[in-house]
Amino acid sequence: MAAARAQIGFFVDATRCINCKTCEIACKDFHDAAVGRRIRKVRSFEGGEFPAVFAYNVSMSCNHCAEPACVQGCPAGAYSKRFEDGIVVHDPEKCIGCRYCTWLCPYGAPQYDAREGRVRKCNLCLGEAEPVCVAACPMRAIEVGPLAEIAARPGATIALRDLPSPALTRPSIRYRVRKEAHS
Amino acid sequence: MKTNEHDRTLVDRRLFLRLSGAAGAGLAAGELLGRWPLAGAAGVAAAGGTKIVAVACNHNCGGRCHLKAHIKDGVITRISTDDSPDTAGRPQLRACLKGRAMRSRLRNPARLRYPMKRVGERGEAKFQRISWDEAIDSIAANLKRMVERHGPASVYIQYATGDCGLISGHAAAQRLMNLMGGYLARYNSYSSACLSYTAPFVTGYRDTSSYQTLEHSKLIILNGFNPAETIFETNSNYYLARAKEAGARVVAIDPRLTETAATFADEWLPLKPTTDAALFVAMAHVLITENLCNREFLDTYCIGFDEEHMPAGVPAGQSYESYVLGRSDGVAKTPEWAAEITGIEAHAIRNLAREYGTLHPAQLLQGLGPQRHAHGEESVRAGIALASMTGNLGVAGGGWGGGEGGRRIEIPIGGLPTGDNPVKAKIPVFLWTDAIVRGTEMTAADGVQNGPLASNIKFIFNLAGNTLVNQHADINRTVRILRDEALVECIVVSDHFLTPSARFADILLPADNSLERSDIGVPWSGERYIVFGNKVVEPPYECRHDYWWLSRVAERLGIGEAFTEGRTEEQWLEQLVREARRKDPGFPSYDELRERGFYRKDPEEYVAFEKEIRDPAGHPFPTPSGKVEIFSKTLYEMNQPGIPGVPHYIPAWEGPAGELAGRYPLQCIGPHYKRRTHSTWDEDPWMEEADPQQMWISPSDAAARSIAHGDRVKVFNDRGALLTRARVTKRIRPGVVAIPQGAWYTPGKDGVCRRGCINVLTSQKATPLAHGNAQHTILVEVKKV
Repeated sequence: MAAARAQIGFFVDATRCINCKTCEIACKDFHDAAVGRRIRKVRSFEGGEFPAVFAYNVSMSCNHCAEPACVQGCPAGAYSKRFEDGIVVHDPEKCIGCRYCTWLCPYGAPQYDAREGRVRKCNLCLGEAEPVCVAACPMRAIEVGPLAEIAARPGATIALRDLPSPALTRPSIRYRVRKEAHS
Repeated sequence: MKTNEHDRTLVDRRLFLRLSGAAGAGLAAGELLGRWPLAGAAGVAAAGGTKIVAVACNHNCGGRCHLKAHIKDGVITRISTDDSPDTAGRPQLRACLKGRAMRSRLRNPARLRYPMKRVGERGEAKFQRISWDEAIDSIAANLKRMVERHGPASVYIQYATGDCGLISGHAAAQRLMNLMGGYLARYNSYSSACLSYTAPFVTGYRDTSSYQTLEHSKLIILNGFNPAETIFETNSNYYLARAKEAGARVVAIDPRLTETAATFADEWLPLKPTTDAALFVAMAHVLITENLCNREFLDTYCIGFDEEHMPAGVPAGQSYESYVLGRSDGVAKTPEWAAEITGIEAHAIRNLAREYGTLHPAQLLQGLGPQRHAHGEESVRAGIALASMTGNLGVAGGGWGGGEGGRRIEIPIGGLPTGDNPVKAKIPVFLWTDAIVRGTEMTAADGVQNGPLASNIKFIFNLAGNTLVNQHADINRTVRILRDEALVECIVVSDHFLTPSARFADILLPADNSLERSDIGVPWSGERYIVFGNKVVEPPYECRHDYWWLSRVAERLGIGEAFTEGRTEEQWLEQLVREARRKDPGFPSYDELRERGFYRKDPEEYVAFEKEIRDPAGHPFPTPSGKVEIFSKTLYEMNQPGIPGVPHYIPAWEGPAGELAGRYPLQCIGPHYKRRTHSTWDEDPWMEEADPQQMWISPSDAAARSIAHGDRVKVFNDRGALLTRARVTKRIRPGVVAIPQGAWYTPGKDGVCRRGCINVLTSQKATPLAHGNAQHTILVEVKKV
């Protein structure tokens, strides 16, 4: 797949994230997503041994990967990756509800709803002043911007011990997170 | 939950517009930071006739939140929040997940729709629809009968925090009753009884520094302070993040590695619940024996720390230093002594004390959980003693200890005037069930003020509240009392849903939601803003504002004019704004406020007790000695068990070391859960998806009971039992389980709660001084079912 001209990505600061799930609910409200469909989701992980226990949270929707499995695997052509900014766009009008994408995506980004018979996923709130999650976060822990800039930030990392290897799809997301969470 | 079809169509169309409208927008990489680049396309969506109106989330959190409802064709299509410029000095007031779920709450099909009267046994929840006229007639007749037969003191307006607007139902009920001769009043709260009652004995009054001051702190101690779940202020977590990024060291003292602790704490000290005061006393021991006390501060501002600074007429050996060193009782309160009690290793206690004694300024942030315990008074007092010993009182970046809470808001807006209550007797709120059973026999020993009570409680207004059943302790006792119609003769409830409390109504009324009425919210935190919520949709079915029907009750009783003064609830709001504008010229006009949705002064650094420390002669502490009373002669002279002259660690009656621990070996606490405000939002499916009701249990306690993550478990003690799911996590101290408070009591035929309401397990035993709720002090056993 051709590389995007200027890939956009997420910067998620887990050193600030308190797992409040405001992003998740703001996203849910924006998409009017039924229960069961979590287009953005905060996952919480823990490690260490008592009492030296640690925990951290990762807010995630679609990572607009450089090598998106959904785009490659969709038989209906509902997915496209935009050249200008690398945003992976899903068009529900074309979606046939086969759910291949939900099995292919390592991050669970495409969310199927049986009543609607279609998938939806994060299209980065195209058309909004800024993504709803970014504007919602009480901790200012989610940002979007050019991936090249985001990846160069101090402490930015891509590989976490509790998430799938970034080698699979090359996700356009970077985290700032406590060192115990690095893979 | 069924999505409104009309709603769905709108969303589809909007999504289509976004996809098509945005397709051509490509921007250079350099322009992308800060604002999202595709804003040009937003105009397309906005052109569709969407109106954006300010609304409010007005539940009982420390903050009140500003929301915006996006309305198209009379349907709320979306909720957003503050979008004023987000700057370091004036960060936006961003609502949490609950406020963002307002549409889900609004369209919940379980909404109460019509006035109803009870037709079965009380608590059976068998109701029959009646007209508003019949409901109002019945309430007026019952009220009249009750006041004639038992006097106004038989009427109780239940503690209720579901609607925290300025024109709330309980304020209106108080106004009504004051026109009818009064009602039985109460003091204290379920949140902070021990703090609010005890702090005045030590510092004269209760106050809190603003969270902006955290950025000055070199050390921050989170003692049961978990603002990630209990929203103390809309931005309290954000300020904590900034303080951490500015270099503060953060230590959490908590049985759980809470969301706040997990994100910010450098060190977690997982103490046994009920033992905070022992930890603090041992820290005091280290500060004294390692010469880390600020003696000059103690000598200047405090009384009762050492034997040289005691009030006259007190025998030797009563100072705090004497207690800590063991001169008075032969027990030196060393870190080794505390390690046994608290479960925290002695070296960790010693390290924390040394850090607290050397890193200056340091904030001891005490959440309210540690004081909702047996002898919760003592952790408050011991916290203030520590803050005094290190000179952290009245200092920016320091902290008073003694518990977090509200500071005085400077925005001068009042609520619906309630008038004066001719009934002077008051009960501590936690003892209201006792006031039903033996009110007239209660005395000052029960905390009754201006007693005796002229009557037991016979009539209850329970408006937007769930303390009638769900949030009070020992539900099984509570419901036995409420079921007896010879005791309380009439219960009037208004709410949005058939809550556990609403099930016990005789007259059940459907209330409007905060998006269906206009009102003003004032944060209890003291943060310098207020929010205005516009009415944006009509109340559905026959839902009505409490003020509306209370006005009609007043009319029936012949005091309609006196009650309303000719005003609707909206006209009262206008009146309140007019009065505020007289006191504060910056206060916006009613129309400006409606449009903007909030009035906010720039946040400021507020330091509690700053003036008393800066100018002790001009501003003595308002205590008998004019100083911080580490030793309180007032308390000492009460000469009561559980009320010592200086802060003590007193083992809890249902603590980890007691006799009962043999049978019920697990301590059980009931933390706040971010998906609810107390019991509000328990009904919401979005919230349940985000954060289901579950019990935290450690891997070792789970393994010992063959419990796996996600298993259904039964939790029980002599007072009751519940079923819930186990969340097996290393984030809780072994020996402790945590069941988030606020789940709705849902008994099966066997009386076992299916939803996991912790208050079937809690006790009505009150704390010794404050007569407060010790709802976190319980022992239980857990088994797999």
